[in-house]
Formats: sequence, structure tokens, C-alpha cells
Amino acid sequence: MIKRGLFWVLVLGIFGLGLAQADEFTKKDLEKWQKAFMAVVKEGERLFHSPLGSNKVSCDMCHPHASNTHPETYPKFQKQLGKVATLRDMINWCLENPLEGKPLPLDDPRMIALEAYITWERRGVPLAPGKH
Amino acid sequence: MKFKKVSRRKFLKGLGVAAVAGSLPLKMVEVVYGEKPADKFTFAVISDAHITQIKGTRFVRNFDEGLKKAVFEVSFMDPPPDFVVFGGDLAQLGKKEELDHGLEIMSQLSLPIKWVVGEHDFYLDMGEYWQKHLSPLYYSFDHKGVHFVVLNSILTYESWINQFKDPMERMLNMARLDNPKGSPFMVGKEQIAWLKKDLEKYPPETPLVVLSHSPLYKIFKPWNFWTDDAEEVQAVLKRFKKVTVLHGHVHQVLYNQIGNITFMAFISTAWPWPYPVSYSQLPNAVPKVTVFMNRADPFKERDGTGWSYINIQNGYAAQHYQLWENTPRTVYYDPKVSYPVDQDYQDPARRIPPQEHY
Ligand SMILES: [Fe+2]
Ligand SMILES: [Fe+2]
Repeated sequence: MIKRGLFWVLVLGIFGLGLAQADEFTKKDLEKWQKAFMAVVKEGERLFHSPLGSNKVSCDMCHPHASNTHPETYPKFQKQLGKVATLRDMINWCLENPLEGKPLPLDDPRMIALEAYITWERRGVPLAPGKH
Repeated sequence: MKFKKVSRRKFLKGLGVAAVAGSLPLKMVEVVYGEKPADKFTFAVISDAHITQIKGTRFVRNFDEGLKKAVFEVSFMDPPPDFVVFGGDLAQLGKKEELDHGLEIMSQLSLPIKWVVGEHDFYLDMGEYWQKHLSPLYYSFDHKGVHFVVLNSILTYESWINQFKDPMERMLNMARLDNPKGSPFMVGKEQIAWLKKDLEKYPPETPLVVLSHSPLYKIFKPWNFWTDDAEEVQAVLKRFKKVTVLHGHVHQVLYNQIGNITFMAFISTAWPWPYPVSYSQLPNAVPKVTVFMNRADPFKERDGTGWSYINIQNGYAAQHYQLWENTPRTVYYDPKVSYPVDQDYQDPARRIPPQEHY
């Protein structure tokens, strides 16, 4: 049992020093985080328009503005694979086939950047998991 | 002894209809009857091959195979078409290695070729190699009572052209379809003046076919499915009764009617572009009359690509899209409704789920 006096010391200590304000944030914070996100989107846009495989073909050649990628429909049953697949699986499929390159590890910063760009270009469209 | 080179057509003519008709496959008999000029003829279309050099003698296999397949199939057309239209974008980055490699594949065709220049052929050397080794950039010709005009519709503003440090930087900026720093296509004053003069001597009853790379109307500026001075070109064509504008660049089944002008696009041998409706962030003016082609299956490399042949009858066009790994489509001008329609799918009740793009 903690004595009442000690309890108040602890409470004052934590709140008084501002250590428990983790879920309070300012406009400035929001701007900072959005900026950090957009930097990754921008990198994704660059990668999306670069030859990532072995044959100079790039993602944007079939998907200008990342269109016709349908990120809102993943995960979904991908009929050609015969199983439920994620957007990252499909990014890797494109890297290996039309781009004749190597797949990226699923947590590779380049993979995350590609996903960020593809999803950003589709912002505002309602989620539709499973839609073909 | 000397052999005179005789085309199959002349050969058949020489034998006379009666003698040959019985022994020929039915569809060949048509050729023999084709004595009367004007009425009906066929030409083939190959477009947007985008031959891409990787390094040295290595080229992107996928795009080579598309062009080779189209050339192979066109050369087996029976009866053969009167000529072949190439709709532009033979190369990816306008390099002479790419244009040469594309020409080598195209040279398997023993048919006359009418070349239309695309932006990918042009912006490395501003059309120099094209004019020297392939074709003039714009010209006209008459064929069986129809007047054909080929335009270079992929010109753009001087200020945009002059901003780059070298020709390859300019080419790469034009080659990126969704480039936010891109520049709209145009035909330009000089060519419009030439067009006016070229058409002067033709009465309004003359059927007119205009071939361009970009659509001579405005669909979606961010991807240059667009010609900035389209209205000025349309105005020059206005006094003609039967006008068809055929274009490449969009890599898809696309058709429209604006006033007296019927528009139809070519498909690509390399890859299909999405319809602008599938970019959710910007508005588009995709023609409502178009029934979209099926969404392509990326796992089928040749799906969404192909070639076409066009029949011209009574001055009206019917385009038969040969979509590889998919159902062929036929789009023709219907005088009853005064716009182009799809032979099978125009009625909304007949549409199928793969035609929905989003
Ligand atoms: Fe093209
Ligand atoms: Fe083009």
C-alpha cells in the first residue's frame, strides 16, 4: 500500500512534469507528421517512375498517377494466384514480371514508399476490401 | 529470262472472275470485284509499339513480341489490306537504335505503310531521324475516292521545348505520361494553314480520313489525351459531310462524335493505358458513348493489346479491334444514330462486368 502522501507526490510528479501528455498534440505536430508522410509519398512517386527491375520498364508506364491499381480493394482474392493477396504481393508481382526484377522484402522502406504513393493517389475513395 | 513482279491482286484480275471464283475461298472473291473505285476498302492499323532499348542490342522482350505478333498477323490477312497505318510511338525514347529496331520488325510487311509520328518518336531529335528514314511528319494522299490527311499533332510550345539542358532530358519529360510539368500537344498554326490549303480543292462530299497521334479533341489534359488547338482543326474539317479522325496515343478502345466528326482510337501492341476515369483525383471528359474495353489481366502479358483493321465503306469507317487474349470488338459509324457504336455492347443492357473501370 502506498501512503496517501506519497501517492500525491507521485501524481504531481507525473502530471506536473508533463510526462503523461502523450495523447495531446498541436497543429504544429500534425504538420510535422504530415510532412514526414509526404516525404515518403514523394519518394514512392520517384520509385514508381523509375526502372526498378532489369529492363527499364517502370510502374507508371501501365499505371499513370498509380491509376488502375485499386489499393482500396486489397486484401482480396486474387483469382490468378488462387488466394487472398495484399497490395504488397501485387507490387512484388509487377516487379518480378513486367519489370523483370527482384521482389522487395515486405518491410523494405522502398516497398512502404511505393504503397504510400499508390494509396495517396487514391485518397478519399471508400475502402472496398475483396472487390474484384 | 526475266520475271515481272506481279501482285496477287493483279494476278487474280488477270485470270478473270469467272475462272477463279469457283476455286477461291469466299472472302477472296471480294478482291476480284474490287474494280469499282471508292466503295469499299480495308487498311490495317498497328500502333504504339514503344520499342525500348535496354542496352546495346537488348530490347524489352514484351514490346518486341507485341509488334512482331501484329506484323505477323497483318501479313497473313486474306485478302491483304490496301496499306498499313502505323499510329505513332514506334520507339520509347526516340533513339535511332529503337526506331531502327522497330523498322526492322515492320519491314517484314510487304505492304505500303502510312506513318504517323508520336511524341516518343519525336522529342529526342525533334523528328529529324523520323523525317530522314521513315516519313514526312505531315502529308496527304488519295485512296479510292477517300482523301487521307496525316497530321503531326504532338507539337508543343517553344517555351516548354527550350527549357531543358539536353535532348534526352526533354525526351524523358515528354515520355512520362503523368508528368505534372508536361505540356499539351498541338497541331500549330503552320500546319493548320497547310491543312486548309490541302483541303481547298475537295468538295464537301469527299469522304475525309484524318490520321493523328493524339486525339483531335479534349479528353484528359494531365495525360495529354488532348490537343490544345483541337477546335481550330475541327473548324477546318467542318464543311465536309463524312469525316473520320483516327488516332493513337491512348492505347485503348475509345470513340466519340463531335458535330460532323467521328473519332476512333487505336489500341497498342505494347500495353493498355487505363481510362482517365480510373484516376479518382481529377475530372475527365471521357466520351460517354465509348463502351470501355475489358479491364486487362496483367497475368496475361498480351491482354489489352493488339491491332486493328478498318473498313471504309461509303466513306464511313468500321474498326475491327483484334484484342489478343480477349474478345474482338467492332466499332462502326451508324448513320441511323449519327455516331459510332459498338456492334455487340452499345446497348447498356448488354455490357459485361469486365468493362467497368474504376
Ligand atoms: Fe503510346
Ligand atoms: Fe503517345
